Amino acid sequence: MHPAASSHDAEFDQGEFIMTLRGAAAIVGVSDEVSPTGELSVRGRALEAKVVRDALDDAGLELSDIDGVCHVGGAMDFAEFLGIAPRFVDSTLTGGSSFEIHLEHAASAIAAGVAECVLVVFAQTPRADRTAAKKAGKSGGARRRGPLFGGPDPIAEWELPYGLQGPVGSYALAASRHMSQYGTTAEQLARIAVSARRWAALNPRAKNRDPLTVADVVDSAMIASPLHKLDCCLVTDGAGAFIVTSAERARALAKPPVYLLGASTATTHRMITEMPDLTVTPGAISGPHAFAMAGITPDDVDVLMGYDSFTITQLLHYEDLGFCAKGEGGPFVESTDTGPGGTLPTNTNGGGLSYTHPGMYGMFLVVEAVRQLRGECGDRQVPDAEVAVAHGSGMVLSCMSTAVLGTEATL
Amino acid sequence: MTDERSETTEPFGPQRFQPTPTETTEVFWEATRNRTYLVQWCTACDAPIFYPREVCPQCLRSDALTWRPSSGRGQIYAHSVQHRPAHPGMADLVPYVVALVDLDAGHGGRTVRIMSNITEVDPGDVHNGDAVGLVWEPLDDGRHLAVFTPAGAPADTAAGAHDGATSDA
Repeated sequence: MHPAASSHDAEFDQGEFIMTLRGAAAIVGVSDEVSPTGELSVRGRALEAKVVRDALDDAGLELSDIDGVCHVGGAMDFAEFLGIAPRFVDSTLTGGSSFEIHLEHAASAIAAGVAECVLVVFAQTPRADRTAAKKAGKSGGARRRGPLFGGPDPIAEWELPYGLQGPVGSYALAASRHMSQYGTTAEQLARIAVSARRWAALNPRAKNRDPLTVADVVDSAMIASPLHKLDCCLVTDGAGAFIVTSAERARALAKPPVYLLGASTATTHRMITEMPDLTVTPGAISGPHAFAMAGITPDDVDVLMGYDSFTITQLLHYEDLGFCAKGEGGPFVESTDTGPGGTLPTNTNGGGLSYTHPGMYGMFLVVEAVRQLRGECGDRQVPDAEVAVAHGSGMVLSCMSTAVLGTEATL
Repeated sequence: MTDERSETTEPFGPQRFQPTPTETTEVFWEATRNRTYLVQWCTACDAPIFYPREVCPQCLRSDALTWRPSSGRGQIYAHSVQHRPAHPGMADLVPYVVALVDLDAGHGGRTVRIMSNITEVDPGDVHNGDAVGLVWEPLDDGRHLAVFTPAGAPADTAAGAHDGATSDA
């Protein structure tokens, strides 16, 4: 299933990428913390420290080996908390795709000799935070929004007055447009949620595991038309970490390295009003670039981990990554088995729709892709998986980051 | 751009987030006091700009920026019926329609895509591609918020009588 070395040489356009990341770095440690109830008893730095410890143990590394830190909440602050002095820090925050970008940046730094061993960490606990706020007698859940560093806030000025629910409303607009432009149906979108649930049924750590039908999805409460409650991801607590190092060092560690074969990122907008075409995500840029760097085509993908914040999100991934033509995502999910035993195993942990979704889900795409390529997934293991794609989506279809991962055999 | 019926439009006013102008957009919001929708243009690039910016995003110049009034004619690009309020103050308005509208930019047949509401219509009767016309909802400080009503065939409108503000542009 993996692309032969010769096809890699033939398909990869060296002229387009002066420097390639293909095979330069590997993921050597992963961990994640989720709960079947959706709520974790540990949060904040304690939770981050737990997933860091687990990822280090998984890799057979110590904190003293880490010389790079990526953290959406501030890499400098987290390095201070850990008491280390990294020479590479990255606090890139693009929402859910941040972690695929961290992976891309970590591999770039490693390839350039700027760092050797980079830690990426994430924790978000909306449920535990609400419980803690209640205990403290505060009204939980209230979130202030605004620009991070002051300055104009076009969302507040041009979108908020109209009462679009965030983030579901933006995705609903994309679904509305896809339906009217291409004839996509609610039942077709529902199939994506059903497929994710079939995977979750095989994952004892998933939040929602009960059987789900297309009728269940389309009969669930409408939240923002055309999206129903069961078209929407979960809201759970969750945390994860992974460690990236050079290919050379990775081979000396205990577990089989999972190599980064290709990576690319693209962003086209921040607010949905500014999205150039509501049916085309920036994944149509990042996906083909990452696949070209990796020297693969969609046919080579054994496991697709696509950010499924909503069913429409995953439908757009199928199109933009080239698994089907633009506009044909609806018929594609009708004719393609993306569930267990299917031809395109997608979101094998159960996805954001049924496994976990703390708000920024991209961490879990990488963790599951690595576990599949190591063969650690038990009942949900995809046989002989050699190429996996982690495709992150940030904000409101704003920023896509695609990472192609492969086993030793794919190099 | 003037629509006398706007006074009879159910005011969302106090229930909505109040728009927060910047130095650049002050002109736009002040014009809404006269129920005028101003679209920012770069005359050097001959291109409309939305949202209004400090400079033209094509040439990065500020000296060729100007404002042109829209006719108020628009077309729905995408829409979503909100079955839950975006914030508690809008709870009694549910279900309401949020749409992206391609609005006449006031020159050269160009449009700008803006977010707004489609009002005075059964949400189930709203479709992408529908023609809509601009109406104004008063805010509590004398400014107005641009929203739209159906302007297509009478069968497509709630009361069959609204052609928005499109006739007096």
